[in-house]
Amino acid sequence: MVTSAYALVTRGLKKSYGDVLAVDGLDLEVRTGECFGLLGPNGAGKTTTIEICEGLLERDAGDVELLGLTWEADAGKLKERLGIQLQDTQLSEKLTVAETLTLFRSFYQKPRDVDEVIALVQLEEKKNARVGTLSGGQKQRLAVACALVGDPELLFLDEPTTGLDPQSRRQLWSLIEEFRATGRTILLTTHYMDEAERLCDRVAIVDHGHIIAQGTPHELMESIAAAHPPPPPRATSTTLEDVFVALTGRTLRDE
Amino acid sequence: MSDATPHPERRFVDRSLVQLTLVRFREFIRQPEAVFWTFVFPILLAVGLGLAFRSRAPDKPRIGVVTTPTTSRIIASLRRDSSMVVEQMDDSAAARALRTAKVTLLVVPEPDGSVRYVYDPVRSESATARLIADRAIQAGAGRTDPVKVTERRVTERGSRYIDFVIPGLLGMNLMGSGIWGIGFAIVDSRGKRLLKRFMATPMSRAEYLMSFLFSRLFFLILEVVALLGFGALAFGVPLRGSLLELGLICLVSALAFGGLGLLIASRAKTVEGVSGLMNFVMLPMWIFSGVFFSSSNFPNAVQPLIKALPLTAVNDALRANMLEGTSISGLSTEMIIISAWLVASFVLALKLFRWR
Repeated sequence: MVTSAYALVTRGLKKSYGDVLAVDGLDLEVRTGECFGLLGPNGAGKTTTIEICEGLLERDAGDVELLGLTWEADAGKLKERLGIQLQDTQLSEKLTVAETLTLFRSFYQKPRDVDEVIALVQLEEKKNARVGTLSGGQKQRLAVACALVGDPELLFLDEPTTGLDPQSRRQLWSLIEEFRATGRTILLTTHYMDEAERLCDRVAIVDHGHIIAQGTPHELMESIAAAHPPPPPRATSTTLEDVFVALTGRTLRDE
Repeated sequence: MSDATPHPERRFVDRSLVQLTLVRFREFIRQPEAVFWTFVFPILLAVGLGLAFRSRAPDKPRIGVVTTPTTSRIIASLRRDSSMVVEQMDDSAAARALRTAKVTLLVVPEPDGSVRYVYDPVRSESATARLIADRAIQAGAGRTDPVKVTERRVTERGSRYIDFVIPGLLGMNLMGSGIWGIGFAIVDSRGKRLLKRFMATPMSRAEYLMSFLFSRLFFLILEVVALLGFGALAFGVPLRGSLLELGLICLVSALAFGGLGLLIASRAKTVEGVSGLMNFVMLPMWIFSGVFFSSSNFPNAVQPLIKALPLTAVNDALRANMLEGTSISGLSTEMIIISAWLVASFVLALKLFRWR
């Protein structure tokens, strides 16, 4: 494993669709071993940025370097070392969980074991179930499993927990934390600030195609607190979601 | 670029080409409606058409003999000839039977030993009945034929409608499953962003496309054997040409239609869009390419266009092989047309293909 300081660097990234400038000179530095969050409202350019980094979209200008490699020179090697979950992929409904993972596994030179990855996302009971019969949360976990089966060094997750119930969300969080604990890198996008706060070492807030703020969640909160007086402090730091999880338990609900 | 050499100790089933091909099989057989349209429907169609247009022996003429004192001798003479059905009836019943066409000829034996025929000369079966009845009556009265006759009866297989339509159905099936089987699955994957997801893995694009061809070829064998086997066993449709060459014609045809399917699917993003495109391509061929009736029914002016359609060439080649036993060297025009479609559609499809 190449251990350079940065797992992902972009410089002056630009991409437009017709007249719409989706990404406008975006500079990003993701350190090796950190979980980096890309935050921003819909249409801010998050997905475009992440798909350029994944090699799925051509950029109009700028440079991208991943794991010390570039798409132009090392596409084959890069694909072996990246794990990708896309926002809108629908896996084939006719295949089972195990068949889907065996297929994705076959694309990689040094993949992980299918059963091991199934255990990682807690889909053991659904191993031989057709994808079409899975719940939303289970499908999402399978999508993450497909991203993990190639044993990647850099994991891209595009809104991995959108639409999930709190149990599935927390299960994915612990999966991400375990991945990060092995010294590997994650770039994720999310709309949930609590998720970013919990998971990300650093975040960048993107709007209109460029980064408007960057730092650790704590740093960002401090800088805002200086400019805007904070609201009256809450009696406890408990969120409503903590209450929900305390009452309904952490067990995954697979309807 | 993304053509990964397989890991040396990797098991055969873990290779991506094998896995991709397995996925094609699984997706196909887990779709009962696809299995029905590919395998069962052509056979049902063949059964229906075969029954509707089966060739029957011509009906035997029914002859009524009016009851008179000399009737029994006439009936005995007529019954000696098995090519007609003889009924005895009284005067009024006979008149009614002739009027309602229950009999085609009335024989009235006269008291003087002569015979009168009552029939409508405009009806050809009545005229025939008169000849047959007269022959039997004269022979019964002792007439002998001066010329000795022997005959050999031949019923030619290959000239019936079912013989015409089975190769046409096979051609239609090769076209349908090639274009649908490949085009639909690819556009479906593109629409679901699955193709894009695969592009984010080291999957080889060539292997992805090859998996479609491999699964097509496997199902091709089943389709051809099912339809031709059914035609041969149930209707005795002839297979006069070399089976190996017939297989080769089917193979090249399936590849050409697969290429056409790939071309149609090369850019379409939605299943709805590609369905319209496929029907637009296939409908003219269903009509013009001689599936259910000969394409020679169309005016001479459009014949060169019809001949250039891939399905016309496929149907002509299949019929020539099966019904006339023509060898493949005698089918060079058809094979050149099919191969040209194969090459042109693949080249164009790979140029236009949108992977995302």
